[in-house]
Order: sequence, then C-alpha cells, then structure tokens
Amino acid sequence: MDKLSKENKEYLIKRNTNEYEVVIGLEVHAQVLSESKLFSTSPTKFGSEPNTQVSLVDAAFPGMLPVINEFCIKQAIKTGIGLNAKINKKSIFDRKNYFYADLPQGYQISQYKNPIVGEGTVTLDLPNGEKKIGIERLHLEQDAGKSIHDIDPNNTLVDLNRSGVALMEIVSKPDLRSLDEVNLYIKKLRSIMRYLGTCDGNMQEGSLRADVNVSVRKKGSKELGTRCEIKNVNSIKFMQMAIDYEANRQVDVIEEGGSIDQETRLFDTKKNETRSMRSKEDAHDYRYFPDPDLLPLELDENFIKDIKKNIPELPDEKKKRFIEKFKLSSYEANILVSDIDTSKYFEEVSKNSDIKLATNWITGELFALLNEKNLEITESPISSKNLSKLINLIKKGTISGKIAKTIFELMSDGDKDPEKIVEEKGLKQQSDPKELEKIIDKIISENPKNVELYKSGKDKLFGFFVGQVMKSSGGKANPQLVNEILKKKLN
Amino acid sequence: MSNIIDLKLFELVEKIKKKEISSTEIAKAFIDRSQKSKKLNSYITENFENALQKAKQFDEKPDFNKKLPGIPLAVKDLFCTKNIRTTAGSKILENFIPTYESTVTQNILNEGGIIIGKLNCDEFAMGSSNETSYFGNVQNPIYENLVPGGSSGGSSSALAAKLTPVTIGTDTGGSIRQPASFTGTVGLKPTYGSCSRYGIVAFASSLDQAGPMTQNVKDCALMLEVISSYDNKDSTSVDFKRGQYLKDLNENIKGKKIGIPKQYRVDGMPKEIDELWKKGMKIIEDNGGEIIEINLPNTNYALPTYYIVAPAEASSNLARYDGVKYGFRSKGENLIDMYEKTRSEGFGDEVKRRIMIGTYVLSSGYYDAYYLKAQKVRRLIKNDFDEAYNKVDAILTPSTPSSAFKIGEKTNDPVSMYLNDIFTVPINLAGLPAISIPAGHDKSGYPLGLQVIGKAFDEQNILNIAYSIEKNINFKNNINDWWIN
Repeated sequence: MDKLSKENKEYLIKRNTNEYEVVIGLEVHAQVLSESKLFSTSPTKFGSEPNTQVSLVDAAFPGMLPVINEFCIKQAIKTGIGLNAKINKKSIFDRKNYFYADLPQGYQISQYKNPIVGEGTVTLDLPNGEKKIGIERLHLEQDAGKSIHDIDPNNTLVDLNRSGVALMEIVSKPDLRSLDEVNLYIKKLRSIMRYLGTCDGNMQEGSLRADVNVSVRKKGSKELGTRCEIKNVNSIKFMQMAIDYEANRQVDVIEEGGSIDQETRLFDTKKNETRSMRSKEDAHDYRYFPDPDLLPLELDENFIKDIKKNIPELPDEKKKRFIEKFKLSSYEANILVSDIDTSKYFEEVSKNSDIKLATNWITGELFALLNEKNLEITESPISSKNLSKLINLIKKGTISGKIAKTIFELMSDGDKDPEKIVEEKGLKQQSDPKELEKIIDKIISENPKNVELYKSGKDKLFGFFVGQVMKSSGGKANPQLVNEILKKKLN
Repeated sequence: MSNIIDLKLFELVEKIKKKEISSTEIAKAFIDRSQKSKKLNSYITENFENALQKAKQFDEKPDFNKKLPGIPLAVKDLFCTKNIRTTAGSKILENFIPTYESTVTQNILNEGGIIIGKLNCDEFAMGSSNETSYFGNVQNPIYENLVPGGSSGGSSSALAAKLTPVTIGTDTGGSIRQPASFTGTVGLKPTYGSCSRYGIVAFASSLDQAGPMTQNVKDCALMLEVISSYDNKDSTSVDFKRGQYLKDLNENIKGKKIGIPKQYRVDGMPKEIDELWKKGMKIIEDNGGEIIEINLPNTNYALPTYYIVAPAEASSNLARYDGVKYGFRSKGENLIDMYEKTRSEGFGDEVKRRIMIGTYVLSSGYYDAYYLKAQKVRRLIKNDFDEAYNKVDAILTPSTPSSAFKIGEKTNDPVSMYLNDIFTVPINLAGLPAISIPAGHDKSGYPLGLQVIGKAFDEQNILNIAYSIEKNINFKNNINDWWIN
C-alpha cells in the first residue's frame, strides 16, 4: 500500500485483541425518471390520489399484456454508460413469482440471469485519493404497489399507483469498507444519475432505496464472511446506522464463538437495531423463468451508439476539466461538480466572470445563504446572472469585497440587480485618485501628532490612517489605492 | 330460400350484401336455434337481446364494405368482451365483466360482426373434453353424451349444431383442432404471433393462439382475414404482411410436396384413422401433389415437453386470480388464508393440478431438470420441423388419435386425456400454423379429422391444401338434432 492510504480513517471494529473489517455491498433501487411505467402507459407522478395512476395492465386484469417502454430502456442504458459498464445487447425479462396483495400479477417482472447492464465501476474521492467501487450489474424491474395498514383498522388498503413503475437495481460488488464510503458511494450514484437525468435521487419520495449486505472478517483475512441482507433502507443515515449496528452484532456473535446465519434482516429505525426477517431456509422460492409475454430484449449497436453520443459531461470528467481549465483545486472541483445543479450554476456564473471569485463566492457566501434558508441551489434567491454581475463589480474595482458582502445581502431579497443597488445606495467604490488624495490630505492635516509618530518609526500607525480614510469615505474608498497614496504621502 | 342456419358464412355475407336477407333475420335464426338448444350447454353467457339490437342498428345503417356485415356469431368465453361477462369457464371469474375488448373480438366488431354470446370451454382452456368447465359439460351434437372436444368445446358444439355460423376458439395444445375434429368442423390454429393475445385470458402465453372454427375452409379463410392483425399491445404479435386468404384461396396443389411423418403412426391408433390418413394422401397425389415421408424424430417428447412448459406458464399466469382485485373472493382469517380459500374454492381440479405441476417444475432444484430441459427439447422439436420444411411444403397427419369419447370416460385418467393432444401439441411447441378438416367417420359414425401443418406464416398454403382435400373428400356431418324436442 502506498503511504497515503495510512491516512485513511479505517473502519474497524475492535473486540478484545481482535480487529474486524466490515465488508459492505449495496443493492440500490433507483426509480427511473420517466413519464410512464415500465410496461404500461400509466403516469408515474409521485403523490397522486391513491389508485389514480393505474392501467388495466398495472392491475393485472385478465388478458392484459406488458409492453416494454422504450424510454425506460434508454434510461437504463444511459445509467449503465454513466457507471462505465458493459451494455448487454441481449437481456431477458423474467418473472419473479410470489403472492402479495400489492403485487397484482402475482409476479414481478424483473431481470434475473441476463440483466441489461453488466459490470462497471464508480469512482469515489476519498481523503487519500480515489477508490474504485465495482458494479456487478444493473437490471430493470417493476416496482410493487403499496399496502397501507394504518388507515382502516380492519383492512389493509392497497394503492397501485406505484405498481409497475420502472426501477433500476444497481448491485455493487462487496467493495465498500466504511460508513464514509457508503455515504460517498450513494452520493456519487445519485450525482451520476442526476447528471444523466435517469433518476431524481429523491430519497424522501423513495426514488432511491437500498438493500444493504453486510459481513465482517478478521482484519487481514482474504475470505468473505457470511453476509446478512438488510432490506429496504431509505436514507444514507439509516444505512450507516444499520451497518454499524449489524457489523457490531456480527462481531459479537463471532467473538462469543458463534457463527453468522445467512439471513434477511429489517432495520428498525426507532430502536436503531436490525431484526431477523427470514432465514436462508425460509427464503422464498421465486421460481424465476423468462416472461413468455415479452421477447428477449435485443439492442442494436446503433441504438446504443446514439445514446452514447448524447451522454452529457459526467461529474468525473467535469471535475477533471474544472481542475485543468479553471485551475481549481481537487477539493473545490469536487464541491462544485458533485451536484449537477451546483455545477450548472457555477458554469453560468464563471462564464461571464472571474473563476476564482466565482468559486469563492459560490462555495462561501452562497452556500452559507442556502444553508441558512434551507434551500436547494435551484431555488437560490440570487440568480447566477446577478451573482456574476456582483463578481464583475468586484473585479473591476467598482466595489470592494467588503461592500460586496453588504450588496450580496441586499440582493438576496428578491434577486436584485447588484449594479442597481450600487447606484441607488451610492456604494460605488471611491477609486478616483484625486478625490482620495483630498480625503487623505485632510486626514493627514487633522492628525499631525500621529504623522510625527509614524515618521519616527511607529509603522503600526499606518493602519490607523487607512482606517480613518475608509471611515471618512463611508467604506467606499478603494483600499488598494488608499494604501498606495498614503504610503506616498507619509514617506 | 334454404334455411338461414344452413347457410355458410360466405353465403350469408353474399346474401346480406345483395340485401336478400337482413342482419336481424340472421340473428333471429341463430338465436332462435340457440334457445332451443340449451341441452347442449354450449353457451355460458347469452347476449341475445343486445345482439338483436345491434342487428337492427346494422339494418338501419348497413355498411356492406365490411367483411362480416351484420353477421352474428358466438365466441369462446376466453376472449374478454367489453360489458359482456367473461368467465374463462371458471368460478373464479364467474361474475367478471371486462371493461375492455380483446383485439381479436374487436377485429370482429370492426368488420361488422355481432357477438351473440360467450361459449363454454374448459376452465382456463385446460382440458380436451370441455369437462373441466365450472359451467358444466357440453354435449357434442353428433351424439348424445359424447364430448365435443376441448378446450373450445362450447365453440365446436355450437358450430356443429348451427347455433352460430362461425366461431373462434383458442388453441394452446390442440384446443381448436381437436374439438373441430370431434365435431366434423374446420379449425385453424394460426402461426404464433398471427392473432393478438391482447384480452384473451392467458393459459400458456408462449403457446396460446386464437383461431377460426368454421363449417368449411372458405369460411375459415374469411375469418382468418378478419381476426389476424399486428397489435402493438401484444409484444409477441408479429408484424408480417397478412394475406388475402379468401381471395387467394385456391384448390390447385399441383407440385406441392406434402410430408408424412412416420413418427405419427402411433401404437393402438384405430384402423379407421390410418385409412383416413391414406385417403388424404391419395387425394393429394390425385391432384398433382407429391407425398414424401419425413422424419420428426423428437415427436415422442412433445407431449411431456408440453406438459412441463404449459403448466409452468399457467402456474404463473393464474397467480393474478388471488381474490384481491376482481373475481371470486373467499373470506379468510388473514391474507394467506384468504388466498388459500379463494384459490381452493375458485379453481377446479384440473386447473389446480396444472398449477401444482407448473409450480413444481419451476421450483429451485427442479428447474434445470424440467423447465430448462423442456425448453431445450422444444427447440429440438422446432428444428425437426425446420429440417422437414427443407424438403416439403406442408405436412399431413391425423388431427387426433381417436374420435370423440363419451362424457366421463376419461375424467379419472388425466394421462389418457392428455394423449388426445399427441398430434396437435408439437405444432404449438413449434409455433406453426395447422388446420384440421373433417375427413371421415369411424365405425360408430363419429367424425375424424385430418391435420395440415404449414410453415410459419404460410397459412395460405395450408388453407389451399385443406380446400383441395375438402373438395375431394365428400365429407358430410350426420347431425339429427337429437337435442331438440
């Protein structure tokens, strides 16, 4: 291992004299951003009245047949490309058979042995450098409906709005080793999909959820331990809590001389613990077989090429470009590219103004403002156009950085034009040397004693003169010019 | 004028176009006879009043450019029909009224056809004698207490008894051709992908295909033209250029090479069937065709393969009948209990048997040995046909290994019942078109059929061969209306 990796904060669980490494793999379910469902034309809008977005196909009426939504296929391919993955020219939709009230067909159409996307990689930026996380596969499947148990005391109600909505299941290799890596991995996946417009990544609305596979092994061991799968965790925080609990539980079992049973577990967010849901022996036999209602999906080379042609610049490339072209640091570039809307905002601002200032103002003042008001960048009270105007005012020397901060505050109330604010409030920086000389002469003549003292060697008094000039100019004097003129006059 | 019910479909169409007869008159004639024929139990649901209204509407505003101008007909109760109850012969759908129309029946409506009722069938089309229907046995009009075949038994019975001028059935393993053979009528299973499966209650998706059942080959060609269409609502529908089957119907088979598969000479096949087959070969030769012996070496595996593939798909297709959304629901203590009771009470024995077989062959640990192997054998069976079609244009076989049997004769012996499909099943597995035409009688006077099997999408060719045989074989159905007092 190289020197840098030692700085990486290792996630190890210590018991007695033993150290355990935690091995994590994620199966992320990402809802495909699409107007209509995977096999029907019903709309997919979130939050609609129950059972208003349901076609005869979604409700599995007799004789109804699934028809593949080409757009969802394109979205999956796009995502596959974003994950640097192999796109399989032939894939097969299978039926996963099980009974549940919110599964109208009695089977879920999914891809089992032949997924649409094969192996790929996602790159994480860790403090000590990059780490590549392997992607095992990405497959398309239908979402189920929703069973609601808490409205009617005697009945379970079923809402089929979600039934048949397209999901991408993205399966990682067991390459994740810490809670930080899980956090970065989910954020990176989300970022890639948002760049591609294939998933909105909205975890509150359930557009992104994950099954988490956890196992532990003694540090240095090459073999994987027996894993447990924690089902359907819907936030990064819960994933981290569940993994931490589960890894510790497994270590305790092993330390007490026990062994881990392969099983499916549930995470109880209230009690912060995982609980056994079913053991391997009780696992469903899903009786997968190719769906005879759908022919194997065969993709034309040109079909894939056309999609590839229209793939936008993704976060990794954008970061590289920002570093090379704009001379940003890796850290700055990371912050600016991780979210597509931030990167768009940045590019809009920097297109017409100084890059260094744009970077500082966005990551500094703007982020602070958004944070304070709990807003997304797309809801920013200050438009990119006006921020770039403000930056240009600073760059041209029309206003000082300090005044700029005042203007920034004023701008946030209704996205005001900074140029107008400067004009209306008379905040223009005093940069006329003659005017400044007048002020400076006045200050010098009013403070003969301090002038004496300064000249006799009390250098520190220089700051006093600058302060007086700034004060008497109402903060508008160009500080650089003030320095220059003062030095000339006093020396 | 001869009796309306004795007219062929194409004659009815001609007469209606010439305004010699009205849609209402035709509808009344068939409805009247249907009402006198309840003993046959051909219908599950009658749509008589509504049909008469539709006929009246047609007569008021006729459109003679349609292929079925004002023609009334009844259809198998496996086709979903908007606002007309559709049961699939099952208790579980006893009160199910679709809000939608199957593509095939929609095609019939679009061409001016009028649905007069829904015909009995084996439950979910699973059966070869119509004895698995929740709505009771169907009588074969040929002779009392004889089965009409299955699963399209109500269709074959109603057609042979002239309760409907033509009808449509579905054929998963022989469900059109075997009942046609048992009732002295014509039945065609088109190439898989020719008729849309949209709105047809699914039995085994990779095998199901709708097709016409008619009195004669000419009517069959006309009906195929009506019902065959490309449909983007069915992903397995094939977008090929459909023929003008009626216009191009032609009895000239000079130079046609007809294959005779030696594997279809099964043990214990009645002598009459072998003779019938020879009769068919002779007609072909007399008309300038050439008889060539061919080899379909995997024929023996077709039936076991079919009884793995079909139940496997059925076990999954029928999972939707769970009491949650529509259809029959039994009360249960909890969800699982409700499922178990609903499906125990809602399905009949044969359906349950096939769900269990299907569930078994798909189970982990058995999948490779059964389902996967069956799929491989299915491919070999298809390869056999492909190979044969390098040498011949079509294949001639008997339709069934025996004539119609007595009601109750085979109900306790599912395997002997399954053997009925031995000549028809391989064709579904290979996805090919095949037609059964009446060709003779056995010693009891029960009809027997010959089957002409074609290349994929070569329906015109088998219709032409069937047309030639029909012209030369002089078959006549002996039906004495025994069920009408």
